[in-house]
Amino acid sequence: MQVRTKSLLAVVASAAMVATATAACSSSGGGGGSDMSTGPITFVQGKDTSGIVGPLSAAWNKDHPDEKVTVVQQTDQADQQHNDLVQHFQTKDSGYDVVLVDVIWTAEFAAKQWLQPLTGDFAINTNGMLQGPIKAATYNNTLYAAPETSDGGLLYYRKDLVSTPPTTWKQMISDCSKKPSGMDCYGGQFDQYEGLTVNAAEAINSAGGEIVGADGTTSKIDSPQAKEGLNFLVNGFKQGYIPKDALTWQEEESREAFQSGKLMFLRNWPYVYNHLVNDPDSKVKDKFGIAPLPGLNGPGKSSLGGHSAAISEFSDAKGTALNFLKFIIGDTARGIFLNVGSLAPVRASLYSDPANIKKFPYLPVLQKSINTAIPRPVSPFYPAITQGIEQNVYAALKGSMSVDQCVQNISKIITNASKGG
Amino acid sequence: MTATTGPAAEAAEKGSRPSRGSKRGGSRRATRSDSRLAYYLVTPTIVLLVLVIAYPVIDAIINSMKRDTTDTGLNANGIFEKGGEFIGFKYYEQWLNCGPSNGCVNVTGTQQHDTYSALFTTVFYTVVSVALEVVLGILMALVMHRSFKGRGIVRAAILVPWAIPTAVTARMWEYMLKPEGVVNHIFGTHILWTVDTWPARFAVIIADVWKTTPFIALLLLAGLQVIPDELYESAKVDGATAWQRFLHITLPLVKPALLVAVLFRVLDVLRIFDLPYILTQGANGTASLSVLTVNQLRINVNSAQALSTLTFLFIFWSRSSW
Repeated sequence: MQVRTKSLLAVVASAAMVATATAACSSSGGGGGSDMSTGPITFVQGKDTSGIVGPLSAAWNKDHPDEKVTVVQQTDQADQQHNDLVQHFQTKDSGYDVVLVDVIWTAEFAAKQWLQPLTGDFAINTNGMLQGPIKAATYNNTLYAAPETSDGGLLYYRKDLVSTPPTTWKQMISDCSKKPSGMDCYGGQFDQYEGLTVNAAEAINSAGGEIVGADGTTSKIDSPQAKEGLNFLVNGFKQGYIPKDALTWQEEESREAFQSGKLMFLRNWPYVYNHLVNDPDSKVKDKFGIAPLPGLNGPGKSSLGGHSAAISEFSDAKGTALNFLKFIIGDTARGIFLNVGSLAPVRASLYSDPANIKKFPYLPVLQKSINTAIPRPVSPFYPAITQGIEQNVYAALKGSMSVDQCVQNISKIITNASKGG
Repeated sequence: MTATTGPAAEAAEKGSRPSRGSKRGGSRRATRSDSRLAYYLVTPTIVLLVLVIAYPVIDAIINSMKRDTTDTGLNANGIFEKGGEFIGFKYYEQWLNCGPSNGCVNVTGTQQHDTYSALFTTVFYTVVSVALEVVLGILMALVMHRSFKGRGIVRAAILVPWAIPTAVTARMWEYMLKPEGVVNHIFGTHILWTVDTWPARFAVIIADVWKTTPFIALLLLAGLQVIPDELYESAKVDGATAWQRFLHITLPLVKPALLVAVLFRVLDVLRIFDLPYILTQGANGTASLSVLTVNQLRINVNSAQALSTLTFLFIFWSRSSW
């Protein structure tokens, strides 16, 4: 009896894990129509850290008493948000009507036929929007989502130490000779996570290289330009213009380093701006400036961030969902995103509005960054590709793998993922 | 049939619970209906077990032999064809022996490249952290067992880590192990704990030992408390040293409790997920089999189920060869 209890225990313990994996795969009925039916909808997005959900749903619900929106907030971790969406799509859940997709998920979800293409009756007006966010919401020449907010990398620099911000990597490194001792030269996000793909893609693109071709399946990373871009980062660790600690940095750690005056140049997102100006412990309050990212032979190219709203293929209120998409790209919502959430707008006109610039002085630079930004590899195989980039680039940064080997490995992974079994 | 009959005698029989086989006829019928009742009583449990254990396991095994939709290549319109057809053990082969013969590329950055490293890491975590936990747990239990002033406070303090959720533990240690963190500060070192393979693995082990040693200590304390004091007294009278008393009285008598504690912990660490996932995202050789499975869910669900089935078999095998 005792033996049986024990082995039962073993079964319970080990089955828990299998159950986790399986939860993703149980299938149920459901599935919506392609007609324009209306009704209450659900809007799914990551945890609302910028306080926009309340005003947004209030504004919509006021005018649509019979088609109210319920906002479902996922976790604040992008990977978990992705997995949550995948699980609901796999079960053809009609309860997720409008979903907020990160720019890097569009291709995968579209190729799996989980998103309603925004063509024909579902077409939306994208006039006046920045090209980058539209490109990121497009797969195979079809628009699949309405760009909601955008994001681009900025170079934060110490204007008390350098008068004009560098536009090339060479200038930046030579500027570092002016730094006081105890300060490091350049930092970004080099921990092994999605942020490393962002930083690596920026380095590669800023040197004229590419990761994946326009078809989303052909590897282009094994090129002299891509290697030159990666070498900017690899040499940074070798020669010391990037501190070794940066191998543990995500957005917040790198912000803290710059904010406490330990870093001369920082690559980060616009959200950092408010922290540097307003945080009581900021040592760089009026000592920093912002500029577009530097590159190999001139200004660099940022990776594109941001989110778009898409209609689930399985929604049973697609008519309402479409109207909600139009609401999201409309005047009311864009005011909420910028003024309440400080999120980067997708419309060009907002960047040149003097009132906005007064409130968010980084807008003109950010617009430049987003205008030249390149979406990370737009590929339905993105999850496999980004994992390949993270692990190999990290090994190269640590010095345990050559840059040649690194790009060859990534190239093999892209090719193999795309060829199908 | 027995000689005694009548309601009173029957009642007496039931009351005295006759052993099986000593009676015939009527009481055999009673035994049969008793056992039927027993079956009825355990049915809900069996149904529940089938629902929450057998169904997911079997479903995972079936799905692990089907082709994932991302594994079908894109059609001319950039759309995935359906997938879902039976492909046998292909994903298992990819995990166990990744190579061109099963359409797998074995380079850094693919999941299948890490199968054996994750297996090694998982076993390494298990052996090292359970060993450390047992040694420290015995010490803690002995301290908690003693009667001295302030014992209540010591007991409470020792149990605090066990009361903290694992995710919080992981975040806490992540913070302390930062380059500028308190651990490096105290020891005057500058170790990048989460960057290099071995420090990163030990970071996971340190956090795990910190959190779960109290659990072992608690189970051992319960074991210690049932050892009668007379044994120690008579051993003392016979001139046994403290070490001899520990070796020949405490250890053998606490062994049953110790075995249960170790069994729990071994099964626990073999499926370790949260600590490495939060501490290092599974980077730098810290990925356990469970971390690998969850990462693969993002890429290829059916293949992830093959790995979770393999992990299940591995844990099941380690348990049954106990």
